Amino acid sequence: MSARPPLPNPIRAAFTGGEHEGTTVVNIGPSHPATHGTVQIVAELSGERILRADVHCGYLHRGFEKECESHTWHNLIPYVDRLNYCSALINDFAYCEAVERLMGIEITPRCRYLRTLLAEYSRLADHLTCTAAMLMELGAMTAFLYLVMLRDYIYEHLAAVTGARVTYSFGRVGGLANDLPDGWLRRLEEILREYDVFVGRVHGLVDRNRIFIDRLRDVGVLGAEEAINWGITGPVLRSTGVPRDLRKDTPYLAYGELDFEVPVGIKGDNYDRYYVRMREMDESVHMIRQLVDLLPPGPVSVDDRRCTLPDKRLVYTEIESLINHFKLIIDGPQVPAGEVYTAHEGANGELGFYIVSTGGGVPYKVHVRAPSFVHVGAIHRMLEGYQLADLVPTFGSVNMIGGECDR
Amino acid sequence: MSVGVHDRVAARWGAQALEVADSHGTLAILVEPARLAEVARSLKDEFGFNLLLDVTAVDWPERTPRFDVVYHFYSTRDFVRVRLKARVPVDAPVVDSLVPLYNSARFAERECHEMYGIEFRGNADLRPILLYEGFVGHPLRKDYPKHREQPLVPYRK
Repeated sequence: MSARPPLPNPIRAAFTGGEHEGTTVVNIGPSHPATHGTVQIVAELSGERILRADVHCGYLHRGFEKECESHTWHNLIPYVDRLNYCSALINDFAYCEAVERLMGIEITPRCRYLRTLLAEYSRLADHLTCTAAMLMELGAMTAFLYLVMLRDYIYEHLAAVTGARVTYSFGRVGGLANDLPDGWLRRLEEILREYDVFVGRVHGLVDRNRIFIDRLRDVGVLGAEEAINWGITGPVLRSTGVPRDLRKDTPYLAYGELDFEVPVGIKGDNYDRYYVRMREMDESVHMIRQLVDLLPPGPVSVDDRRCTLPDKRLVYTEIESLINHFKLIIDGPQVPAGEVYTAHEGANGELGFYIVSTGGGVPYKVHVRAPSFVHVGAIHRMLEGYQLADLVPTFGSVNMIGGECDR
Repeated sequence: MSVGVHDRVAARWGAQALEVADSHGTLAILVEPARLAEVARSLKDEFGFNLLLDVTAVDWPERTPRFDVVYHFYSTRDFVRVRLKARVPVDAPVVDSLVPLYNSARFAERECHEMYGIEFRGNADLRPILLYEGFVGHPLRKDYPKHREQPLVPYRK
């Protein structure tokens, strides 16, 4: 048996050390409990202080964009689910809207409100996940359990409507897979009441807790100008005090009719990122309650044979519907040639889909503007100058999602 | 408000651009590659497009020049978007980097370079980002077969 050759190094670090006296270069990740998802950080340390950091992503790259070029438009929906798997429905709806815009489809009123409701519900789950993980890594096991318990209620509740807990494949071009089952909205209100109780307790445990303030305040500070220059959007940008939110600024779905605030932070440190997410969850709950009242009756999918499957009863009894069903499954919806960029406010920032069609059933190109990818490009700005131990909450507060970062 | 900004950008650059169109609410401008950095600077400084969202490319193998390099900008003041495109040929896929204007161009250009082989003149850091060191080819080009495998570590026999 000959010795195995050493494994090749997949990355080339931006620096290898030895340039500064008394510094050490360490490697963190790609597999580490504090790096949710797989991300690798090469850091140059002076004592425990990070002087430089070089962040590498890509360990979860699975060729999403290449794969998209050989499937029908509908068959991509399970793939887009797996971008940000903490709030998969937001991806679904953003992608579907991009395709609908190319096809010139206007979704039904019920679908519009339902998508808004489900998107906010997903945002709630996403922020719960992020905040819970960040607090747990700082030792707050109780807060973690309270928050993931709520998240699990939401997952189970979404499973009741979509059939899956995490990756739902629930959006459809021109509508949704199903309408809500009976009693769903009643359970929703129960969960929102649980939310009020347990998030109230988390506020009590964390907000004015000396340990957390010492760990979070003035750590990982990012200025507003700098954040915009680095392309940062979403809660991380709002934590720097910039009240930019696509739901408010370029209202889509039903956001224009809702009453909500855009919470902002003061100086863009970890505490602000924590607090902005906590406040955004309150706003999401406020929006969901309004949407429950606004939800109109009617169909959830448009009556358009270019994208919506005909009623099963008709498929079995008349030839036109049978052929229509067959064509929609085999060839997929035919999308006119053109290109479109559609952006939704994802849980982490601007989630954009740039799609190019040459006409026909298969996309020519699908590109995702994933907020996590852009944020990973800037995260070293929040790490440099702070302690190595601060890497954990800073990374947690940015909520990098490997699925959408690496695609 | 939003229409106003688009109109002003179109009036400022309409004559020099190859094509100006409205693409589903986004102003789409096609320019010569040599003008790209100049137009981007004007978008940022004169019209307030302070957020460079994204850099990507589209491969049209049948066409000369073969690639569209595509940029998306957003204005956090006027809430409007601009798409800037430049066409580059496959034998010299070079455009000027926007890193001097936007730091967000660093990662985005690295990705575009890796996936399409576009060279960004002035971006010193075009290391692989989603793929690994030593990966051969540019996987999002249309002539890269989807099933080609390049395992970094050989498969176990």
